[in-house]
Amino acid sequence: MEHKLTISPSPHLFSRRSTRGIMGDVLIALLPALAVSVWVFGFDVLAVTAVAVGSCVVFEWLAGRFLLGDGGTSVGNLSAVVTGVLLAFNLPSNIPLWLVILGSFVAIGIGKMTFGGLGKNPFNPALVGRVFLLVAYPVQMTTFPPVDGVSGATPLALAKSGGLDAVDYNSLLMGFKSGSLGEVAALALLLGGLYLLARRVITWQIPVAVLGSMALFSAVLWFVNPGVYMSPLFHLLTGGAMLGALFMATDYSTSPMGWRGGLIFGTGIGVITIVIRLWGAYPEGMSFAILIMNSLVPLINKVRR
Amino acid sequence: MKTFPRGGVHPPENKLSAGVPVEVLPVPGTVVVPLSQHLGAPAEAVVAKGDRVLVGQLLGKAAGFVSAPVHSPVSGTVAGVDMVANGSGIKGLSVTISVEGDEWMPQIDRTDRVGYDCQMSAEEIVKKIADAGIVGMGGATFPTSVKLTPPQGKKAEMLIINGVECEPFLTSDHRVMLEHTAEVLVGVGLLARALGVEKTFVGVENNKPDAIDVLRKVYGNILRELPPMEIVPLKVKYPQGGEKQLITAITGRTVPSGGLPIDVGCVVQNVGTAFAVYEAVMKNKPLVERVVTVTGAVERPANFLVRIGTPVSALLDAVGGLPEDCGKVIGGGPMMGRAMSNLDAPVTKGTSGILVLDRRTAVRCAESDCIKCGKCLTVCPMGLEPYLLAPLVQKQRWDEVETHRVMDCIECGCCSYTCPAKIPLLDWIRLGKAEVGKIIRSRLNR
Repeated sequence: MEHKLTISPSPHLFSRRSTRGIMGDVLIALLPALAVSVWVFGFDVLAVTAVAVGSCVVFEWLAGRFLLGDGGTSVGNLSAVVTGVLLAFNLPSNIPLWLVILGSFVAIGIGKMTFGGLGKNPFNPALVGRVFLLVAYPVQMTTFPPVDGVSGATPLALAKSGGLDAVDYNSLLMGFKSGSLGEVAALALLLGGLYLLARRVITWQIPVAVLGSMALFSAVLWFVNPGVYMSPLFHLLTGGAMLGALFMATDYSTSPMGWRGGLIFGTGIGVITIVIRLWGAYPEGMSFAILIMNSLVPLINKVRR
Repeated sequence: MKTFPRGGVHPPENKLSAGVPVEVLPVPGTVVVPLSQHLGAPAEAVVAKGDRVLVGQLLGKAAGFVSAPVHSPVSGTVAGVDMVANGSGIKGLSVTISVEGDEWMPQIDRTDRVGYDCQMSAEEIVKKIADAGIVGMGGATFPTSVKLTPPQGKKAEMLIINGVECEPFLTSDHRVMLEHTAEVLVGVGLLARALGVEKTFVGVENNKPDAIDVLRKVYGNILRELPPMEIVPLKVKYPQGGEKQLITAITGRTVPSGGLPIDVGCVVQNVGTAFAVYEAVMKNKPLVERVVTVTGAVERPANFLVRIGTPVSALLDAVGGLPEDCGKVIGGGPMMGRAMSNLDAPVTKGTSGILVLDRRTAVRCAESDCIKCGKCLTVCPMGLEPYLLAPLVQKQRWDEVETHRVMDCIECGCCSYTCPAKIPLLDWIRLGKAEVGKIIRSRLNR
């Protein structure tokens, strides 16, 4: 019996799930929203997404190869592709493509690789890229293409300026509204989120805490004065609520461990988002809320004990 | 359905040999019987080269309280008492016997007739169990008689019998429950009497409905002969059969950190142990053979009744030999078993299975960076934080490793199993346990 036997400590069995597989699942979950976006905004969507993904992967490879010394192998785990798609989802479909490349550079180069790459970044890279662009290029970032011949202002911006007369919840749900290219399709995003839950890529705590606290907070105000404040359903179906709650806040590296931390983290995001939406300078606050709560993750992780 | 409250995983069950009845493996030409097949002090040899021995004859006597005697599993001539390598290649004092015939000690009852009637006192039963060399047969191999003697001031309230067999692939306990139901139940009754407990539970994972049914049926038939007991189906989840997990699943009690089951009034024994106790008390038969599952990437997965001391290679030959692309041979199950380097090593009292993995399964995947997914933390049945412990061990920050409760780790392997980045978390945690254990001991000695 001449067999070379492998000797290793237990366990000898491993789950088939890998980092690459998880990222692949996230990409699958984002497909429905991408499809709806193409339906609503046209093929610009694909161009922006392709450029974002391509440049994120290139910057990941360059940083890995020349700065981190991992030979650029980390592109294989598909996390840069996910960041690229999520960044694109946070941009208007008519944004100049050079801004997409710049945003990708900030997302991957500054938001992720400077900290050492996947798993070590404290802030959601796609949101770092988006917020940089929003602050540095506010005009390009808030000029949205018209949908169905209606003006390019987002429902949240209209609500803030008092220019919103009637709310068509159906189009809010289906995605026929103005906004960043990936955030509009609330129903498709929800579908993708359910897929991630079913595949156990994410757990329910963060999304439910984000959306639940947003709904609760806005519901209280709405009951007090429905003439001034929008309904909770409006808040859940507009802006980055769905995209943020299901795909951005649930990012592993930048969210707390365990269910208790997830609830605290999600509730913080929901409350800050509504505060910014109602009393802040910006019509939407999801990105800022997530980034603010990202910074508290190390602290929240201590709550477990 | 009852289960433990926290963590756990559900690997593919792969109970390939569940439907294969136990076959008696022929006695080999030579057996090697290690004097240390249990936790505690090795037995002291009472035979020398050239002695004639019978099946069941004492080879080594227990050396102290936490120890167990060793008996001859065959009849023949002692060829030597010397150092022989075990499955991991580590040498230990062992008795090698050349087999001649199959002559048993005359007082051993070898009939199949099930005995129910036992007039022995609790002390007599414990003595009988100790003299028969019975140890925990789930793999822990802690001397059973010691567990049946609670320390001063502690009282056992309930007996829990572990018929969970939560390790994938293994089916030896399952077959024993199916084929020796009455004997197992009588053995459970004897254990309950030895402990003087009021309540007895038999926990069986729900992937063995046939075993649950037959245990309930036979228990109903022989009710009058037995103390009251309850057969408890448990959710299929690993490590349901971990001692602490099983106690919490069945009683709702939690063994305190650093404590023992007896601290919450519980004693846990394996079904295989209960069967051995039956044979020792009712049949005068010391522990000289056991049921071993031989499974995995082999032609004909099977369950064998094997004499202790039989070389593992003989078991592998009996299922068609090692396959061409064999990558790993494991003594025990895939989650907690030990990879073997020496296939000439003997089957011992704690060998519940031999598992063969092909080359692809045997090799670990390349490790990548932690993505902070937190899966290790949600699957840990002890509520530890493996993702945090591993880097702390790497940085040798032993104080923090200790305060993060590294010593509570039961080494079930759920963290390493589940990690998508394939980080060998348990390897690091084991290293941490060893170091922190040393530090704690030196602190106690000071």
